[in-house]
Amino acid sequence: METLEQLKTRIEASIQGARLEVIANESPSAQRSLLIDPEHAVGIAKFLRNDPQLRFDYASNVTGVDWLDTVLKEKVKTKKVVDGVEKEIEEIIEKKRPGFLEAVYHLYSMELKHGPVIIRMRTANRADQVHLPSLTPIWRGCEFQEREIFDLYGVVFDCHPDLRRILMWEGFQDYPMRKDYVEPDDYEYEPTAHDKVLEKSKKHEAFGKAMT
Amino acid sequence: MIDEGLRSELSKQGIFTLKLEELYNWGRKNSVWPLQFGLACCAIEMIATSMARYDLARFGAEVFRPSPRQADLMIVAGTVTKKMAPQVIRLYNQMPEPKYVIAMGACAISGGPFKQGYNVLKGIDRYIPVDVHIPGCPPRPEALLHAFMTLQKKIEEQSLTSAQRPRHLDANAPSEFPIPRYGAHDLEPPSNRNVWQPPTVTRTE
Repeated sequence: METLEQLKTRIEASIQGARLEVIANESPSAQRSLLIDPEHAVGIAKFLRNDPQLRFDYASNVTGVDWLDTVLKEKVKTKKVVDGVEKEIEEIIEKKRPGFLEAVYHLYSMELKHGPVIIRMRTANRADQVHLPSLTPIWRGCEFQEREIFDLYGVVFDCHPDLRRILMWEGFQDYPMRKDYVEPDDYEYEPTAHDKVLEKSKKHEAFGKAMT
Repeated sequence: MIDEGLRSELSKQGIFTLKLEELYNWGRKNSVWPLQFGLACCAIEMIATSMARYDLARFGAEVFRPSPRQADLMIVAGTVTKKMAPQVIRLYNQMPEPKYVIAMGACAISGGPFKQGYNVLKGIDRYIPVDVHIPGCPPRPEALLHAFMTLQKKIEEQSLTSAQRPRHLDANAPSEFPIPRYGAHDLEPPSNRNVWQPPTVTRTE
């Protein structure tokens, strides 16, 4: 199968205005992925499924990721003249990156027996602009998994045939897999509390004292 | 009260004398029909228990009823999620008295490995009275048989007229328990304090 870079150029050639980016992976697996823009996502997905060399007919996994606001640190080597001597100095540049939610799709081809190609879509932010186009019309198997992402992360998939909560109940207001999710204070007792449970018990006791 | 010597003498002649209470409890304990429902992997062990190798039929409990109206025993076999809890309690409420509950496995008795999570009940005894708790993840079929024998012993020892009489003979005792509602963040209320109170931990240095 062609490389991600080749795939990127071919998609950009066939879909007008599509913005793609190859996302590096620094972990040992080095499994890279393709970031696609939500506006052209359905077109790109159709291309990936229908192109005779690709034929990605099976979305094996759809999952979500929550990225908080972070400060990215980048080391840049610059040459500077210090005390009349030119030296190489490492500078750390800090970049603020606003948080967003992400949907990740793992695609395989049953017909040509290759894969996976991983595509990602990102929302504009984590608060009000959390819409992404649903890829269920392209891969029917995404239906429940997109519902799960909606349920646990709060990503709203447009054009999804049946977007309801799937694991939690209707009327539940939080998104439990988000990193800033606050659990209900359901601490009861623990004979030997330690670590996180001890923190929980202290919070619970403080709350109980405030109530009485 | 009949004299023990006389009773033994009569039994040698083939005449059995016993209290009505004993006969009544003997009949009850030997035909406890469980409700046929399972929630997670513990249900697989429950199914194994009912099959030929472990043979729950030896204890008169082979008839798993698909309707709560015909069941005497609820085996809560598996993880009770907060989403599932109201349905479990509703099934319990629909069972006729006398009814008993076995909480099977770590999840059903305490939340088990999911105890610190947001989505699992920290034990079904927060909402309904449980007669026998079985630890294990999942418990072996032998453990369920032991729990069943423990329940039989409990039924056998129930006195029908004293203050400790079973719930179904006490007009004032509740037969149904309130079903929690789905709240915005958690079940409301998070536990039924008439059924369950968090134990107070006292430490001696």
